[in-house]
Amino acid sequence: MDRPRTMFEKIWDSHVITTNEAGQSLLFIDRHYCHELSFHAFNMLHGNDRSVRRPDRTFAIPDHYTPTTGLADSDFTDQDRRDLVSNLANNAARNGVTMFGLEDDRRGIIHVMGPEQGLTQPGMVVVCGDSHTATHGALGAFAFGIGASDVSHVLATQTLWQPRPKSMRVSVSGTRPNGVTAKDIILGIIGHIGAAGGTGHAIEYAGSCIRALSVDERLTVCNMSIEAGARTGMVAPDEATYAYLKDRPFAPVGADWDKAKSYWENLPSDDEASFDKDVTIDAAGLAPMVTWGTSPEDVLPITGSVPDPADEVNPARREALDRKLSYMGLQPLTPLSEIAVDRVFIGSCTNSRIDDIRTAADIVKGKKAKIPAMVVPGSGLIRIQAEAEGLDRIFADAGIDWRPAAGCSMCIGVNGDFVAPGERCASTSNRNFEGRQGRGARTHLVSPAMAAAAALTGHFTDVRKLGRS
Amino acid sequence: MQPFTKFTAIAAPMDRDNIDTDQIIPARYLMMPRDKRYKSYVFRDLRIDSDDQEIDSFVLNQPAFRDARIVVARHNFGCGSSREGAVFTLSDAGFRSIIATSFGDIFYNNSFNNGVLPVVLPADIIDGLHGQLAANPGTEITVDLEAQNIIAPDGTAHPFDIDPHRRHRLLNGLDAVGYTLQFQADIEAFEAEYQNHVNWH
Repeated sequence: MDRPRTMFEKIWDSHVITTNEAGQSLLFIDRHYCHELSFHAFNMLHGNDRSVRRPDRTFAIPDHYTPTTGLADSDFTDQDRRDLVSNLANNAARNGVTMFGLEDDRRGIIHVMGPEQGLTQPGMVVVCGDSHTATHGALGAFAFGIGASDVSHVLATQTLWQPRPKSMRVSVSGTRPNGVTAKDIILGIIGHIGAAGGTGHAIEYAGSCIRALSVDERLTVCNMSIEAGARTGMVAPDEATYAYLKDRPFAPVGADWDKAKSYWENLPSDDEASFDKDVTIDAAGLAPMVTWGTSPEDVLPITGSVPDPADEVNPARREALDRKLSYMGLQPLTPLSEIAVDRVFIGSCTNSRIDDIRTAADIVKGKKAKIPAMVVPGSGLIRIQAEAEGLDRIFADAGIDWRPAAGCSMCIGVNGDFVAPGERCASTSNRNFEGRQGRGARTHLVSPAMAAAAALTGHFTDVRKLGRS
Repeated sequence: MQPFTKFTAIAAPMDRDNIDTDQIIPARYLMMPRDKRYKSYVFRDLRIDSDDQEIDSFVLNQPAFRDARIVVARHNFGCGSSREGAVFTLSDAGFRSIIATSFGDIFYNNSFNNGVLPVVLPADIIDGLHGQLAANPGTEITVDLEAQNIIAPDGTAHPFDIDPHRRHRLLNGLDAVGYTLQFQADIEAFEAEYQNHVNWH
């Protein structure tokens, strides 16, 4: 009998072309997504007189610099940003790569539209020049972010040299309490293992709580694997995965579907497989979460209070804590629910899928936002779906800005949507680093439900208590 | 790629965990072409405030460390985004080596593609380096890839681990694609076999 293997090992083993004397393996890449910032890599490629080896496995999707007010030239903040999109289109056309352009309703944030189109499938090795590529692992793929040189390498060879990461299983057991979303689960995990807790590891999320999540929710969990330092995050495919994929435009059909499905059914980790690290978290202990600092590990339940540096005995850590609170403009021991918020952003590759938008709409329906808030759908198709359900009207009636064009938007703040210096933003995105949403911006990471609740009250609010005061 | 054999420079202590890639290069510069301006983006918002004034408290603005070209950080340096611009700007500004207890995986990998050597050392040795650099600001560290060690300001050699493949590439300044193309026949054979049993992509 074969040695028991983890899902990660199975995917890894099936993609190894060769292993060199130093122990690095040359991996075959099934899917490669490119965006506007891939220009460095295309320049390297063309500068060396090379071309894209497998255009059939390469997809170009502009998402970082695209406007959200609309997609006309006049919606771009400047010509340089418009040119980045044209440049991507030119590089795609030159190499015969499929481009999902501005005019295409299928276009969206890569980590939203790739799964949505069925481009990402179980068992695949997926790369993109973006650290949130682990999102695609929710379908049972090995997906990871790479830099420009590696993007160029994949363009030229459809392969990458990789040291084999260690394996880590994060099991979330039990049933999540009411009000706890996928975002709260992953923030809870990061708070538990730390921002470098997964460094050098491929995480498999497992356990009854993960198993009960929808595929959209699993995408949210896997999305933030990098915020725990992990190389990748993945969830084993199951009936929910197959139901999600069936009839998606790029999913296999007919006899191919049957063949693919039986292949996918062999992917989950064998019962006896062992992991280098095993972490278990009880879902019952989770609550709606809010970050208070400048690393995603700086996270607490909404019932908590800002930490007090005076409680920190290690001087270096105390100083670091002082710096975080100073940047964030927070006083020690302030209850999180008393922190006033200036602005709300609902969107990003973490939380811009239809269920995220429905959840937010459900909370604000018939009410009025007290502070500026905006909602940016993750893809053109999600926009169409949301508008067909009348969600755009619900937001408009609540005084919330519904943006008609998909993109990364205020998560990274490079398309013109950014948070002003000193402003405090309740954001459904993935990073609360200093300056992430704009210079001097103060970011608090929350779920769409918590973001919507903050929009209504003007401060962080336990969504479980909303309307029950 | 510029080979890396041995590098000696003034070392600056950055006494902080989790120096993320947004701190190394803010996102607003990522759309810029890699030209002579690129080196000026390094640690931009830690160095210069929003009124374009230098931030005195930042280590690289202190007289003893202005010419520093090695950074000694703490834990999880380069965490965050995959932006290779973080390494481009360090490299263009002359920083050829970063020493820390751990690195963000993607940053670590990107460094090797640009002739920049990330050195991982245990926390107690990093503590010692911080102590020495604080006591004698402006002193040098040597990072020797051939010998696989660093020479601390006090003259002590500290060995470090490195993947032999990465070491070989860095020592010889080898282009990764050129190396991989030697395996062209293996890639083609793999693709043919793979297509036989995974034909639905």
